Amino acid sequence: MEILWFCILVFMLAMYIVLDVFDLGVGIIHRLIGRKEADRTLLIRTIGPVWDGNEVWLLAAGGTMYFAFPKLYASGFSGFYLPLIIVLWLLIMRGIGIEFRHQIQNSMWKSMWDSVFSFASILLSIFFGAALGNIIRGVPLNQEGYFFEPLWTTFTIVPEAGILDWYTVLMGLVALFTLATHGANYVAMKTECELQQRARDVVKKSWWGVMILSIVAAVATFSIRPDIGRNYHDYPWGYIFPLSGVVSLISMYLFTRRGKDTKAFVSSSIFIAGMLAGTAFGLFPNLLTASTDPDYSITIYNAAAHEYGLSVGIVWWIFGIVLTSGYFIYLYRTFRGKVNATPEEVGY
Amino acid sequence: MDALLIDRLQFAFTISFHYLFPQLTMGLALLIVIMKVLAIRKKSELYNNSARFWAKIFGINFAVGVVTGIPMEFQFGTNWARFSTFAGGIIGQTLAMEGIFAFFLESSFLGLFLFGEKKLGQVGHLISAILVFLGSWLSGYFIIATDAWMQHPVGYALSPDGAVHLTSFWQLLLNPWALSQYAHNMVGAVITGSFVMAAIGAYYILANRDIDFGKTFIRIGVIAGLTASILAVVPTGDFESRNVANHQGTKFAAMEGLFETKRGAELTLFGQPNVENLKLDNPIAIPRLLSFLTYLDWNAEVKGLDAFPREHWPDNIPLLFYSYHLMIILGIFFIIVMKTAAFYLWKKKLFEMRWLLWILLVSFPLPYIANTAGWMTAEVGRQPWLVYGLMRTTDGISPTVSASSGMFSLIGFIGIYILLGTLFLLLVIRQINRGPATNNLH
Ligand code: HDD
Ligand code: HEM
Ligand code: HEM
Repeated sequence: MEILWFCILVFMLAMYIVLDVFDLGVGIIHRLIGRKEADRTLLIRTIGPVWDGNEVWLLAAGGTMYFAFPKLYASGFSGFYLPLIIVLWLLIMRGIGIEFRHQIQNSMWKSMWDSVFSFASILLSIFFGAALGNIIRGVPLNQEGYFFEPLWTTFTIVPEAGILDWYTVLMGLVALFTLATHGANYVAMKTECELQQRARDVVKKSWWGVMILSIVAAVATFSIRPDIGRNYHDYPWGYIFPLSGVVSLISMYLFTRRGKDTKAFVSSSIFIAGMLAGTAFGLFPNLLTASTDPDYSITIYNAAAHEYGLSVGIVWWIFGIVLTSGYFIYLYRTFRGKVNATPEEVGY
Repeated sequence: MDALLIDRLQFAFTISFHYLFPQLTMGLALLIVIMKVLAIRKKSELYNNSARFWAKIFGINFAVGVVTGIPMEFQFGTNWARFSTFAGGIIGQTLAMEGIFAFFLESSFLGLFLFGEKKLGQVGHLISAILVFLGSWLSGYFIIATDAWMQHPVGYALSPDGAVHLTSFWQLLLNPWALSQYAHNMVGAVITGSFVMAAIGAYYILANRDIDFGKTFIRIGVIAGLTASILAVVPTGDFESRNVANHQGTKFAAMEGLFETKRGAELTLFGQPNVENLKLDNPIAIPRLLSFLTYLDWNAEVKGLDAFPREHWPDNIPLLFYSYHLMIILGIFFIIVMKTAAFYLWKKKLFEMRWLLWILLVSFPLPYIANTAGWMTAEVGRQPWLVYGLMRTTDGISPTVSASSGMFSLIGFIGIYILLGTLFLLLVIRQINRGPATNNLH
């Protein structure tokens, strides 16, 4: 039961990352490729009807974590207090950036919200990467299972490390490049002409960043957490996750070269999901590793809620996810195809 | 200030701000469905344009509701970690269901409702409006079921490690407390929606512009508003009071300002609770009425605060007493205003009566105040318990989050929310000024 919920949690996080993150990615490259105001309007329109639904995956993943692993929720959220509060503020800024921009037809107003949207998206991506970095690196849990980390200390990996050290900042950069590439793939798929070309150019360049940084990050990860290879050694089938990541990274490059944007987007989705699943596989069964004493680590077994709750949860979860998939398929089908420049709906 | 106080202030501030938006969302969602149905049945562009106009206001309001809702969910973990460890297995259940069943529904179909009228056609557009309505009312239910479990825990057992765990899913979901709280709360949301709609209608008529729209808004607002205002008092408000009397004696005594146990207790209309001398100063009261309303017996005994140990008393009795009485006074006021307006509407004189239109116009903030006061009553009255009878608020906070971290986030939230509120008002006022007539579907 615990293992099943662990898989569900990873699945929901991956869904969040694959879906919401293309709109985060659009945000990162927003000011870069949207040179004119009209371009930027178009970029926002590619995500307008879907971003809120995408963000609900974050809430649903949070809710799932809350009831399946309450101790993890409590310990992780209170320990990462400061960065999480900042993430909340960034989420607020990003949301209203998207929603308020088109309310007033004035270039200064629009330009301001474009910058807010972009700034918040960039910082959020770095924070999400750094969060993953913290989870891999481990946190100073005490005997009772709580911890608190300052934002930074000396940027080195010492027992009293902060949220940001060289490793987590590196992970933040990996995330920034990965998400920017993912967002650019999405834009290339949803737009035409010049904007599409610019998005493809971004993919071509940032792809190198993703590749190099991923290799550096992989080396760094094995040097600070050699035990992450243990599960791979014991259960070699797990190699399927990183392997699918590597394969899709290469295929993304090839597809972009040939102008097959949809396939490139699918590849980058698989790349992200594969890397995330690969990390989760390596960490299993730890949810939050203690840098203090391995016995204090929070694992899926000592953090899980009681059996009964988890089993009724499965029933409604399956029911709910089937419904949700229905809405999403319908939503994306309705807004499928390229967005074009004529504003056609009252919503805008 | 200590961490506990800051955590409480932050939660109170952020939730009170958040709830300003969902109450209008939930109220308007219903009224927009009604407009859409009328538009299709009467084949009327007037109703269709009205629905589009309100959809725009809805969209702005919804956006602020969403961005202020996310911090609520996070705060259970960030500021109330001990509480989450203790009760997460139970309240996480309803919170996760809210995300999966309600928010997905609401947000997906809101995208379709706002951006897809042309693609979907009229009936499809109505269906998406209905699904948005369903989604928002479902999310209200799940969150209230969560709160109701904290007010009146059911379907749980204690685990050996000191946490609680769920023993009955259906008891949690169909908690009697949740059912009555939900009915009352949703009626409150409809009151907000109707007063806002009627106020904007009154504004258009008073400003002598968009007259047809103004009349439509007032008609819908007044009829829905009168119905909901009555339902808020009987049966739902009455039900709520009895629930509290039967299960939360300390809250009941404190909100009624009853310091001593009494037979034939009086109903206090006004007064000033004096916690030092344990009495109510300058009361104006109706003899025996409280006993009658609560137990249908003029001589029934009602327990006062003296019947309970002092450490179980709510810690802010005056705030509790005033919030409760403010809600009641406003509730009575709403019925009077809406009844008068409905009477003249029926007589076909309302649109010439400028003073009454003015009252409708300036009354729109009052339902917000009543709803907030109602929640204050519920939540301040629950103190000193976080989970009634099971966990004290003092024991629920995060052990590692210091007062200074809390202060940092509280100040940040206050700053951001003031900005957000200002922008919200600016944008809504702009929409009102542009008016509903510009909403033709090209
Ligand atoms: C416009 C809104 C509005 C109006 C006119 C009223 N209420 Fe109310 N009331 C609420 C809006 C509200 C609320 C905000 O929706 C609350 C907070 C918690 C809840 O479920 O509903 C609430 C809570 C609440 C509680 C506390 C429940 C608890 O502790 O859980 C009681 C006892 C009443 N109400 C009783 C009344 C009575 C007797 C009214 C008659 C005049 C009344 N309310 C009018
Ligand atoms: C919109 C309506 C709500 C308002 C205005 C509101 C208001 C408040 C206030 C004023 C407090 C502080 C009480 C005190 O410390 O004296 C509080 C505390 C709290 N409320 Fe609510 N509340 C609302 C809804 C909810 C809901 C739906 C939940 C649960 C899902 C909830 C959970 C809590 C928690 C966990 C605390 C902190 C612990 C405590 O102080 O008891 N509230 N709320
Ligand atoms: C602690 C309490 C609360 C939490 C954790 C919470 C959480 C949230 C979250 C995360 C959202 C954003 C959903 C999205 O992205 O679509 C939201 C919006 C919403 N919430 Fe709350 N909420 C709380 C209190 C309430 C209360 C008391 C009600 C009503 C009874 C309510 C009703 C809604 C509704 C209808 C929405 C949709 C957006 C809107 O209407 O503005 N919430 N809430």
